[in-house]
Amino acid sequence: MRGISKRFDHKKANDGVDFDLYKGEIVSLLGENGSGKTTLMNMLAGLYFPDEGKIFVGGREVAINSPAGATALGIGMVHQHFKLVDVFTAWENIVLGIEDKYDVPAAKEKISQICDRYGFVVDPDKKIYNMTVSEKQTVEIVKVIFRGADILILDEPTAVLTPQECERLFEVMRNMKQDGKSIIIITHKLNEVMAISDRVVILRRGRYVGQLETARTNPQEMTDMMVGRAVKLDIERPEPVNPAKRLVIKDINVTDVEGVRKVKNVSFYMNSGEILGIAGISGSGQKELLEAIAGIQKTDSGSVKYIDENGNETELIGMHPRDIRELGVALSFVPEDRLGMGLVGNMNISENMMLRTFGESHKWFTDREKPRKVAENVVDVLEVSTPGLDTPVRRLSGGNIQKILVGREISSNPKVLLTAYAVRGLDINSSYKIYDLINEQKKKGVAVLFVGEDLDVLMQISDKIMVLCDGEVSDIVDAKKVTKNEIGFLMTSLEGAKASGQ
Amino acid sequence: MDSKQKEPLIHLTKRGGVSKKKAMMIRVLAVIVALIVCAIVTGLTTGINPLGVYSSIIAGAFGSARKTWITFQDVSILLIIALSLTIAFRMRFWNIGGEGQVLMGGLGAAACMICLDGKLPNAVVMILMLISSVFLGALWGFIPALCKALWNTNETLSTLMMNYIATQLVLFFTIMWEVPKGSGKIGIINQNSHTGWLPQVFGSKYLLPILVAAVVTAFVYVYIKYTKHGYEIRVVGESPKTSVYVGINVSKVFIRTMLVSGGLCGLTGLLLVGGINHTLTSTIADGRGFTAVLVSWMAQFNPFAMIVTSFIIVFMDRGAGEIATQFDLNQSFGDILTGIILFFIIGCEFFINYEIHLRKKTTKKEEAKAC
Repeated sequence: MRGISKRFDHKKANDGVDFDLYKGEIVSLLGENGSGKTTLMNMLAGLYFPDEGKIFVGGREVAINSPAGATALGIGMVHQHFKLVDVFTAWENIVLGIEDKYDVPAAKEKISQICDRYGFVVDPDKKIYNMTVSEKQTVEIVKVIFRGADILILDEPTAVLTPQECERLFEVMRNMKQDGKSIIIITHKLNEVMAISDRVVILRRGRYVGQLETARTNPQEMTDMMVGRAVKLDIERPEPVNPAKRLVIKDINVTDVEGVRKVKNVSFYMNSGEILGIAGISGSGQKELLEAIAGIQKTDSGSVKYIDENGNETELIGMHPRDIRELGVALSFVPEDRLGMGLVGNMNISENMMLRTFGESHKWFTDREKPRKVAENVVDVLEVSTPGLDTPVRRLSGGNIQKILVGREISSNPKVLLTAYAVRGLDINSSYKIYDLINEQKKKGVAVLFVGEDLDVLMQISDKIMVLCDGEVSDIVDAKKVTKNEIGFLMTSLEGAKASGQ
Repeated sequence: MDSKQKEPLIHLTKRGGVSKKKAMMIRVLAVIVALIVCAIVTGLTTGINPLGVYSSIIAGAFGSARKTWITFQDVSILLIIALSLTIAFRMRFWNIGGEGQVLMGGLGAAACMICLDGKLPNAVVMILMLISSVFLGALWGFIPALCKALWNTNETLSTLMMNYIATQLVLFFTIMWEVPKGSGKIGIINQNSHTGWLPQVFGSKYLLPILVAAVVTAFVYVYIKYTKHGYEIRVVGESPKTSVYVGINVSKVFIRTMLVSGGLCGLTGLLLVGGINHTLTSTIADGRGFTAVLVSWMAQFNPFAMIVTSFIIVFMDRGAGEIATQFDLNQSFGDILTGIILFFIIGCEFFINYEIHLRKKTTKKEEAKAC
């Protein structure tokens, strides 16, 4: 790709970008949120057409007008948001849209060949809506290879995967590389960049800033290039000041709609000025536990006691979510699709701020002034990059969306802050910004619950770590003394015991 | 393979914020193009001078003072229905039961007029008419909302089916109250006593619906834009999950909103029966419950824009009637013209949202022009 430019409205998403990819290599595309990585790749995949610049494939200049055109050139992209038909089975999705007539057994045969060759695990007859995120992703990749792609683009494939699933994905990627396929991977996780790629290409604000050979670089250098200045890669962990019990959770049980017990006899307490990290494989009851505390999820039994500064106790179970929030218990949960829980995509920033405050006054009309001020403040302090306060949040990049969500929860001056996946999909710089924010809350004496995916971060930021396994607490450990392996073991230990029992 | 080497002949980019002026210009342009196309179609298919057709359309809508008043009255009725539906549409609740809700409102009004004539003072009857028509309209909105809240039924189907129930109910009561017996019609209700006939405003029998429409427009605008209810409606419509997260009771909002939406439709029924027709038939809504869906969508749920869109539709409809009689054409010809115009008006939104680039050479020329 040479001199590629693409404008949206008046903003240049890509500005004269050069990009090379050689046969049989894995290249990481690195850049902050909104630096134009996805846009660049979408042009390669035929979703957008560049305003300027040329694309060469195999030495020949090409114009990629449509995704079909990209497929014909052997380019395939796996998007961040999967493009699968939920009610179809895996193989139906894989052959969907291929014009040549296929007889089913031959197609399935080809699918299983692809799987064997690269080590995919796919049940071709399983319906998409029954699949986990990781399985869906596998279907997407198989789909792309099925169409004969030699160049694969993976847009943040690991953002939604557990560490184990990531490892499996990398294994597959290495197999594909050995087979001569070229892969472009977009990711924010520097350790993944180091682990998987041969080369790193870095974009900043839509421009190409340079490339590094993975073998001869380190996370610090990459971050500095990405951000454009030196960034500190340590997370501070201030000592808790006068910790006092703020929230006492006792024997909570939660059953979901399908009758599956998601949280089993969970008991713990949270201190003011402390960060309690929660580790666990995704789906181990983190979401249900947080929702139960915030009053959104019904509990079967157990109690959640909130103790204020003066030692007055309040039972939260059975209270209206709005009243719980008014007590000072704030929940910011970043779901897998980022939007959808907590924010309304089509509303602008100040309207989204209003979501929390509009219920407070008992007047008929909404107060628009206050949320606007909060919005101004959040945009200002967190350096949210947005054309204005009236921009619908869905138009912002993922990182900025998350800043707004977390910023809103913090702006209400909570006493207890529950945050889940606060840095999901965020770039390094924004992530550290969020860590700082959380630490600031801690210093103010807020009791923080931090559900995270990245164990390294979890161990750096938390004072204590509670490890969940299959809805139960396997242990609560001191974050300073525990090792990553120990946590990993705790995360899976119950599951292992169960599997052997079956 | 050669064609693949080339850039596409046209490619589209999404426009960001288009200035209102520019958007307006595109819309006006669309109407002009639509009129030209209509003229060509008229000329080719009927051989009649298109200008003659156009002038008779205008004559149909504004030919006399009476015609003008009726046009505005019809606009008001359509507008109120569209506004009531809009409240639900903002919640992504596809209430296409306007027809039935209007009919039920009319039924409520008619029942009071027929059953209470001479038994209660006229003013009391009117108040009861208002209450019963709004209540019945709201009930017809409430039932689908309750089903959706309890069992997550598809509101499009349930509101639609409620229309048929309303029609059958009105037919049933028409036979019960028919005058004279065996005619299958109710006829003008209380022709002599005028009980329940809504009062004339400033001596005009056309003004009341227009004033009501003005008030409802202002109310709906404020309701959806500035009140807490309006805000909740939007949040529920855009993201039910988020609503739960911020402690909005989704079921409650469904039901409350549909009560308002249905109640306003019921009010329209009152205006039709008590103010305009003074009778009840099963076709009194005349498909306007459905036309209003179009009005609301075309205006992109903006109450003030709805004044324009409902006007266009009524204007064309009344004009169509006129050309049918004047040129001895089928009424459907008017509908064809309406269809063409609507096609262009709706189609032009595409050009407002997207910019079209021709192949490089031409775009460069355009850029030069723009400079």
